[in-house]
Amino acid sequence: MHPSPSEPDPRPPFRPVTSVVLALGEAPAFRPGDPVRIGVRFPVGHYRVPRYIRGCDGVVESVITPMAVNNEIEGFGHNAGSKGHYYRVAIPLTALWPGYAGSPADNLRIEVFETWLERSST
Amino acid sequence: MSTHPHPHDHSHEVTHDHTPCADASEAPPGYYEVMEIAVRELLIEKQLIGPGEIRRQIEVLDSRSPALGAKVVARAWVDPDFRARLLTNGRKACEDFGISFYDDTELIVLENTETCHNLIVCTLCSCYPRPVLGLPPDWYKAKPYRARAVKEPRAVLAEFGTVIPADVEIRVSDSTAQVRFLVLPRRPAGTDGWSEEALAALVTRDAMIGVVTLDSQPLTESDGEA
Repeated sequence: MHPSPSEPDPRPPFRPVTSVVLALGEAPAFRPGDPVRIGVRFPVGHYRVPRYIRGCDGVVESVITPMAVNNEIEGFGHNAGSKGHYYRVAIPLTALWPGYAGSPADNLRIEVFETWLERSST
Repeated sequence: MSTHPHPHDHSHEVTHDHTPCADASEAPPGYYEVMEIAVRELLIEKQLIGPGEIRRQIEVLDSRSPALGAKVVARAWVDPDFRARLLTNGRKACEDFGISFYDDTELIVLENTETCHNLIVCTLCSCYPRPVLGLPPDWYKAKPYRARAVKEPRAVLAEFGTVIPADVEIRVSDSTAQVRFLVLPRRPAGTDGWSEEALAALVTRDAMIGVVTLDSQPLTESDGEA
């Protein structure tokens, strides 16, 4: 598939379009490197944000693709509507567990849905 | 004899066994087993699924085992292009390799390096890269592992006989959504020139979960044949 260096690539040069308007929520709210805080709320029922990370500070490692429905709404039998973003967030284990005995570099990576993330300055 | 339920016909219990998948145990079915049988029979009775679909899905699950994951790892060790694609999009690379994903999960492949050791867990339940590894081991689903892997990973690893140097970062990935994880272990020293098949034979389930590393191999002439 790749043309050899001696043959010129016959395809026209790749120029991404710039005129597309994205739907609300289509662009990720957070980018890799953004500091975030996990929301603190305790809804009744089974939620996919484990309690041990709620309220903790972390950093976005990457945006998970593809987008997915908000399973908290779908999981309780409602139509969640448009899809949203999950983020893979890095949280130091020393931030999660006071007195963590291992290396300060040890960390957790976890996927968190956008509605649970708050922008943080730290 | 009719298959219609006869509450008063006690001999009926013998001929109409509601547990086609019963194991050899003689114990009466437990609460959840009864619930599963009831739901399954209702779904079939209402013609929402056919009995063959359940059998087929069990067949799908049974066809997945750590041997598949080991082949993925061995290929990544010998093929830098495949390794790059695997780390970019684990699911796509596995699908290209012939491993279908029968569910809606994505796969992130986590590469162990000299400076970083990966460990996977599902603290909320038992999420596991089933399309590539099959069913998880019981300890992976048990609460002690789920709770401790994110809190004291080094102590958990030590119980598996794995001691990670203090200057190596431990990265614990907790599956909570549609992503599953597979650890790409470091290729053992002493395996230069080994065939892909010989390499795959070294890769264990536990290494792909990240609770162990793979030992260095003594290099012998027979191992080195291509």
